[in-house]
Amino acid sequence: MSINIIIKNAVKRYGDVVIIPDLSLDIKKGEFFTLLGPSGCGKTTLLRMIAGFNTIEGGDFYFNETRINDLNPAKRNIGMVFQNYAVFPHMTVRGNVAFGLKNRKMSKEEIKKRTDEFLELMKIKEYENRLPERLSGGQQQRVALARALAVHPDVLLMDEPLSNLDAKLRVEMREVIKEIQNKIGITTVYVTHDQEEAMAISDRIAVMDKGVIQQIGTPKVLYHRPANLFVATFIGKTNVLDGKIYEENGEKGVMLENAKFPMKNLNDLAVDGLNVKLSIRPEEFVICEHGCGSLKGIVEDSVFLGLNTQYFVRLESGEKVQITRESSIEDTIEKNSEVEISVKTDKINVFSEDGQRALIG
Amino acid sequence: MTKSRKRPLELWHLISIAITLLYLLFLIVPMFNILKESVYENGRFTLKYFIQFFSEPYYFNTILNSFKISIATTLFSLLVGVPLAYLYNLYRIHGRSVVQVLIILSSMSAPFVGAYAWILLLGRYGLITKFFAELGIALPSIYGFRGVVLVLTTRLYPLVFMYVSGALRNVDNSLLEASQNLGVSGVKRFFKVVVPLCTPSILAAALMVFMRAMADFGTPLLIGEGYRTFPVEIYKQYVGETSQNYNFAAAISVIAIVITAIVFLVQKVASEKFSFKMNALHSIERKKAKPVTSFFIHAYTYIVVAISMLPQVYLVYCSFRNTNAFGNFTKGLSLNSYKNAWKYVRTALPNTLIIGLSTMVIVVLMSILIAYMVVRRKNTMNNVLDTMSMIPYIIPGSVIGIALVLTFSKGWLVLTGTMAIMIIAMVIRRIPYTIRSSVAVLQQIPITTEEASISLGASKLKTFFKVTTPMMASGIVSGAILSWVSIITELSASIMLYSARTQTLTLSIYVLVSRGTDGAACAVSTILLLFTVISLALFMRVSKNKDIVM
Ligand SMILES: Nc1ncnc2c1ncn2[C@@H]1O[C@H](COP(=O)(O)OP(=O)(O)O)[C@@H](O)[C@H]1O
Ligand SMILES: [Mg+2]
Repeated sequence: MSINIIIKNAVKRYGDVVIIPDLSLDIKKGEFFTLLGPSGCGKTTLLRMIAGFNTIEGGDFYFNETRINDLNPAKRNIGMVFQNYAVFPHMTVRGNVAFGLKNRKMSKEEIKKRTDEFLELMKIKEYENRLPERLSGGQQQRVALARALAVHPDVLLMDEPLSNLDAKLRVEMREVIKEIQNKIGITTVYVTHDQEEAMAISDRIAVMDKGVIQQIGTPKVLYHRPANLFVATFIGKTNVLDGKIYEENGEKGVMLENAKFPMKNLNDLAVDGLNVKLSIRPEEFVICEHGCGSLKGIVEDSVFLGLNTQYFVRLESGEKVQITRESSIEDTIEKNSEVEISVKTDKINVFSEDGQRALIG
Repeated sequence: MTKSRKRPLELWHLISIAITLLYLLFLIVPMFNILKESVYENGRFTLKYFIQFFSEPYYFNTILNSFKISIATTLFSLLVGVPLAYLYNLYRIHGRSVVQVLIILSSMSAPFVGAYAWILLLGRYGLITKFFAELGIALPSIYGFRGVVLVLTTRLYPLVFMYVSGALRNVDNSLLEASQNLGVSGVKRFFKVVVPLCTPSILAAALMVFMRAMADFGTPLLIGEGYRTFPVEIYKQYVGETSQNYNFAAAISVIAIVITAIVFLVQKVASEKFSFKMNALHSIERKKAKPVTSFFIHAYTYIVVAISMLPQVYLVYCSFRNTNAFGNFTKGLSLNSYKNAWKYVRTALPNTLIIGLSTMVIVVLMSILIAYMVVRRKNTMNNVLDTMSMIPYIIPGSVIGIALVLTFSKGWLVLTGTMAIMIIAMVIRRIPYTIRSSVAVLQQIPITTEEASISLGASKLKTFFKVTTPMMASGIVSGAILSWVSIITELSASIMLYSARTQTLTLSIYVLVSRGTDGAACAVSTILLLFTVISLALFMRVSKNKDIVM
């Protein structure tokens, strides 16, 4: 029984310090929703407000139509998975998974059946009689996930569940999590500071900074059309350059150094002469030795990465940019050679000078 | 906007109110009574006793003497304990675990029993004294300052050893290797790297030793002779050599508390300045020393252990020596002493068990509850509770004894002469230590584990019993065993409070010693030692990391 979560005007304070000033969210039924943001931005705080472990200084939290602000955390029917696993060290794997079931009115057989089901689902049946101290981090996290899901929660909350695992296990476990979530279809709120992980796993992402949601959207939208400079730089790699809006003969565009790039998708905020910030991802540049663009630069370094090659180019203005180009066998742009550069104007993003507003669309 | 609603009165609130009331009744009121007694005589305010104390060198000297003894003991304990911990943790030593067990064991006896054994060895008629006298060599007297410092050092250096060993376990091997790479090794490394790394622990140990030496009562009483320290003076005023003077005893108590509080605060400030966190990824690897070095390392370790165990071993031996009708030793071996001791042991043993076990249960229960409230349910009341629970830490045992007598010998609750007052005194003396260790254990447990339990539908109370308490268990049980040992060897508070009905093993030893019944005293000491050994063995089994902090 999945549910949707609605948060209206949530406020969180610790003493006089406002951590979350005013936050609203609408998480859909069965959705994999991620809170993404730098460390200390308030993700855990918000998650623990949903779970009921933090006080709520203002606003309303709903599970479907039920307001849960004052509901005992033990009664919220939430499954939680923590960064440090939080498995009970004094109980066996089976004991851990069965713990939540024993708090409900269930017969012994039912408990056993359900426990078996989730031990198998998470592929930890073979360790059922072990104590957690004899499990690896990945296995412990599987126990934690099995334990959380076994009670058939309405919501699954996960706080950086993979950040204690090594890189390889992290990728493996994130596939496991995604697959299980898909299978069960449970509304999931996932917290991470790792944008790549968020992109790989989420249906939608809320990017947070300093307790404020910067943008909510699918991974694709966040990447291609970030709402502000913070999101643009936080998600994926990008080059930020100073530019200017120009308007000539009814044609609008951006001016980068002395090169003009006409653009069709600038909005009304972009007026002639306005200073702007351009966010241009490495693959949104076009680079060649001659004949492809009006910007000039010098290759300072390059890194061959197989599929792509990264070029580090100093523009005439002195700014340094990173450019990605598909590798090819006759790729021969040498260090210190002069290059010409152009940009894919339909892909780049333009923001007001303070980085707060997008000038596209 | 919603206002966060006031929660209804929970069980935890009731518990913290109940514990606070207990503290008020059994600690704060008695302390207040001490203060009152020190400045009120026959209903009138007077500073006479304070003036008397500071104006008459005889009294004032007791404080000076206590200071001298504490400082000397602390210095010697550091001098013995720090190198010992260093060698023990950095080099391979044959019989490592035996060495450790013996060191710990020697810290667990009642200090006055050690003093008594040293008198049997080095006193006027002592074994060693006589041996040297026959060779025509007169040994320096053990009575007075020297003897007290010797006894206290052999009893307290293990604290330094254990604290510094604990710190060294957290020193990463790479730090030592790095210093060696940079050309600092051997003795230089000890002073430039190891000592600074252990400074926080050394300071903590120094404070502990200082406080114990300061408050110790049995040792100077027995071996100090003319050398008077203030706990002895309090006792003398209390029992009254000439006449009982509670007011004066109270005044000295107040002065003692003020002094220990100042020492405590100074140490706190100092250790905050030096505190840093260490965590070893790779613990120090113990190296095999070069033959000559190794010889000296072993010699030092074994000699220290031998000296500190000597009194205990000698007492055991004496307990099997033949005695005459007066309880004095004669030639040959027999079980006479045990027969003579039986009269005392018969009541003292059950008393010791009852007092020790009840105290342990109460202390453990209260410590778990208080630790939980202090760590997990921070609020003003629980902070007050936390502070209050640390008060006994700076109050010498004899002062606690007097305070309880003053409070519970009259009025609506008369407890003097009962088992209850003994248990109360023991609980008060022990509880700061167990609370600290329970708090430390609980702080190691991530709160998310409890949250996981709650989110799985368990109530807070169920979570406390099913998750929190079991996770604290091993730390708590080992703390409890240590409490038990220190309770059964406690003297300074219980001597003020006991009656014929509530005499314990330790008190029996004291009584037998003061009557000069040497054989029986040795026999009871041996029985007490046996208990201590069994408790220690139990402790070793229960505590996985063998990290003892008392
Ligand atoms: N119990 C607390 N008391 C005071 N401040 C807190 C507490 N918990 C978190 N904070 C502060 O709230 C902010 C957000 O913390 P958190 O939600 O843990 O960040 P994130 O999970 O995004 O890294 C941080 O600045 C942190 O210092
Ligand atoms: Mg966090």
